[in-house]
Amino acid sequence: MREITIGIGGAAGDGLDKTGDTLAKTAARLGLYVSAYNSYQSVIRGGHIWLRVRLAEEKVYSQGDHLNVLIALNQDSIERHAPEVEPGGAIIYNSDKLHLDPSLIGDNILPAPMPVAALTKPFGKVQPVMQNTVALGALLYLIGLDFETAANVLADTFRHKGQAVIDQNVGIARAGYDYAREHFVPLGYQWTFTHVRRPFITGNEAFSFGAVVAGCRFYSAYPMTPASSILHWLAAHAEQCGIVVKQCEDELAVINMAIGAGYAGVRAMCGTSGGGFALMTEAVGQAGMIEAPVVIIEVQRGGPSTGVPTKTEQGDLNQVFGASQGDYPRVIIAPTDTTDCFYSVIEAFNLAEKYQLPVILISDLYLSEHPETIEPDALTHAVAIERGEIVTEWPAGNGRYKRYAFTRSGVSPRALPGTEGTLHTAATDDHDEYGILISDVYTSPPVRRKIHEKRMRKLEAVLRDLPPPTLEGPEEADVTLIGWGSTKGVIREAVRRLEADGIRANHLQIKYLFPFHAREVSEILRRSRKTICIEGNYSGQFARHLRAETGISVDDHIRKYDCEPFEPRYIVEQVKAILEGRPRTLELSREEAREVAYHYIRTQLTEDLRPGQIQRLDANGFDEPVWEIEIITRQSGERRGHLLIGAETGSTYLWQPVS
Amino acid sequence: MATVIELPIEVYQGPVDPDWCPGCGDFGVLKALKLAAGRLGIQPKDLVVVSGIGCSSNLPGFIHAYGVHSLHGRAVAVAEGIKLANHDLHVVVTGGDGDGYGIGIGHFIHAMRRNIDITYIVMNNQIYGLTTGQASPTTMKEVRTKSTPRGNAELPINPIALALVSGATYVARGFSGEPDHLASLIAGGIAHRGFALVDVFSPCVTYNKVNTYPWFKQRVYKLEEDATHDPSNPLAALEKAFEWGDRIPIGLFYRDTQPTYEDSEPALKNGPLVRQPLGVSKELFDRLLEEFL
Ligand SMILES: Cc1ncc(C[n+]2csc(CCOP(=O)(O)OP(=O)(O)O)c2C)c(N)n1
Ligand code: SF4
Repeated sequence: MREITIGIGGAAGDGLDKTGDTLAKTAARLGLYVSAYNSYQSVIRGGHIWLRVRLAEEKVYSQGDHLNVLIALNQDSIERHAPEVEPGGAIIYNSDKLHLDPSLIGDNILPAPMPVAALTKPFGKVQPVMQNTVALGALLYLIGLDFETAANVLADTFRHKGQAVIDQNVGIARAGYDYAREHFVPLGYQWTFTHVRRPFITGNEAFSFGAVVAGCRFYSAYPMTPASSILHWLAAHAEQCGIVVKQCEDELAVINMAIGAGYAGVRAMCGTSGGGFALMTEAVGQAGMIEAPVVIIEVQRGGPSTGVPTKTEQGDLNQVFGASQGDYPRVIIAPTDTTDCFYSVIEAFNLAEKYQLPVILISDLYLSEHPETIEPDALTHAVAIERGEIVTEWPAGNGRYKRYAFTRSGVSPRALPGTEGTLHTAATDDHDEYGILISDVYTSPPVRRKIHEKRMRKLEAVLRDLPPPTLEGPEEADVTLIGWGSTKGVIREAVRRLEADGIRANHLQIKYLFPFHAREVSEILRRSRKTICIEGNYSGQFARHLRAETGISVDDHIRKYDCEPFEPRYIVEQVKAILEGRPRTLELSREEAREVAYHYIRTQLTEDLRPGQIQRLDANGFDEPVWEIEIITRQSGERRGHLLIGAETGSTYLWQPVS
Repeated sequence: MATVIELPIEVYQGPVDPDWCPGCGDFGVLKALKLAAGRLGIQPKDLVVVSGIGCSSNLPGFIHAYGVHSLHGRAVAVAEGIKLANHDLHVVVTGGDGDGYGIGIGHFIHAMRRNIDITYIVMNNQIYGLTTGQASPTTMKEVRTKSTPRGNAELPINPIALALVSGATYVARGFSGEPDHLASLIAGGIAHRGFALVDVFSPCVTYNKVNTYPWFKQRVYKLEEDATHDPSNPLAALEKAFEWGDRIPIGLFYRDTQPTYEDSEPALKNGPLVRQPLGVSKELFDRLLEEFL
């Protein structure tokens, strides 16, 4: 399979995302598969933004872990990412402003300096972001993508701005393309273009689209990254789709409004991230108690507290499980990929209404925000909508309506306000079959026991409704990799690479976290030779849940909490280390030490410096090994001092300038 | 306009009797609400009473209507969700001053900004009743309570003034000792299109030994009897809102006609959301999908 990964680096405000989007859409229209990831920051301008776009002839399951072509929009990006470019690759940059130090790159890498000012001159005064368009043009030539397709994408993108803007953009891209054709040898990519058009979509868009298809009529939210784009998509399509989209004063209002709407009979959903979910928790239990259907999307970011707002993590599992006091029935689903986001939301509405309970979809920034191509027919509008039992009339002969009738299934037929003969109070204090409080005057231990059992009984039926997880890969394997939610793709890719290296691995991805298929999962894991749980948090929250549900302690763990998504290579290396019994260390790697040095330079020194040579010293008087990092001038490479960073603690012990 | 067929108070007779202390002001509010609904001819099935948590918030259990007895401070938000889901329903929120002006004050203010068409009746007893007598946001300065044994150090909230500056379009104050007058204020609030606040002096006979029935009886007077008061004038209303001491006004402070939140919501143009069919047409689906290509 042919594939290529293009990295675009720059500062916020440099317009990387537009360039990445044009590239991705061009490739997608040509029939290639695309998976992208934007590693961005909570700044509107400045900072370091790193966008990776992976193109391939077959489906790719992650943003990958390597770099073939770098488009550097600022000096920082050249220096940080040029060393990552693999042989046979290229580095495209604006040679008017940036320079590429040959010592940064390995053999067989094409430097592609673009004289942006000269190339854009014929187009009059142009915006600085036009350097991206020049670079894009050059890239198209170097990697063998069709220019006309890209021109059409640009035309669609700028249609609303008029023909002049379209012409300017296409013209500048063409200038970049032509310049590359005259000056550089293409990198030799020979693609087979199928021209199959595939949707290019993020998890949050899939959630939103799925909600529309499921008949969601009410969405409430308070802005919080990385859930906000659900609010944006739904708000933009609200009128067209007949949905009330409500931005509320806080997350307390968000969920309580959604519960009110769900109680009154519409399909209601709300979305947030960890901090917002923390505020919602009391009301999640309320939905369980008054048996109001509601769907909640919790998109995890780095936590705790305000945490790492624009980065990914799978660290909110404990919180989602711990949401609300007391026991109450609820469903927790962790969608596993973009297409699954679409169907999970539809399933969530069906479960919420059929069983009259809150359903929480737990996603994360990676799954919710990274765009990828999915199959053309992956999404459909013809989905089953199951609303459960709704009482539409209650003849006088039926006796008094019992909203919380004790039934074997635990589900009591629901009546919506406005229905003759079914008046009742939905009470968040515990209550009897009619809804009359049993918390105070009419306290009754057996009634409390029975209503509690009634509510909790629903979970048995829910579990029967949910398909158990299945093992992917060979039954007989050296190792079973276990993951949950968004890591499905990257683990799958890691399994294939392990196979290629002669290691037989299989893969169990868990989507339904609660209620949990304890029996089925136990059966699978008991047959496994070695089990490794992979998750994006520090303490192994899922491994703990697995142990609680099945009694099985996994043999080993691969955990990541630097708030960047897993990459296949990382998993492969860790699995090999575990299988070979090699010690794994938490010490800063050389690359990480370099990143720490960058951080130090940014925050404590001046922007004209960068890290140079790096060496590890064992004994130095700091009680731990250290990385000694030369700090040099960007322009001249002149040595300006060195920085000592603790390999274990990461402490920036000492900055010693050259005197 | 359709003629209103008034309904007798018995129509709203709830399934259980109130558990309030004998003499609690909330009895008067319950009665006034039933009277008001009856005068407007509202069928119980079209009335939803939403509350939070507190003695007063137990009210939905004592009236024959739909009810949601929600969480402490969250009733207004729940009510807004119900109203947006089915704006054919009459949605009335009932609760205490702690519930509405303490823990729930954020929702209260924002609901008024929205001018959403709900009626909010606050049984203001200037104390926390259910939790046995701590200071509330409307407890007067220096008053001793269980949680302020040396006297309350904080200024009380002025709900009327707050409502006036927050965009409420119907602002009134009643007194449990005047249930008939209160009923007319509540009826006015329910009939009003937009956010209506009816703050009610509803004495807690068990824990508030300062603001008692006699205390109010000596002081309250009706704005309707003050010929100079013009309820369409917001500044005059604000001035009245600050009258507190020997004479305290009750009655309609302010009323204004403004578009409601529901009026501005395109999704509600074709009738209540709850009656819209679910799912999407193939045509709409294809149009939405096309955007991703
Ligand atoms: C989140 C939360 N905090 C605290 C409580 C305890 N609580 C119940 S009622 C109440 C105050 C009630 O006072 P008020 O709203 O004035 O009503 P009243 O009982 O006086 O009618 C409190 C603090 C609760 N139920 N939930
Ligand atoms: S404690 Fe006060 S507010 Fe509560 S019921 Fe008794 S009198 Fe009414």
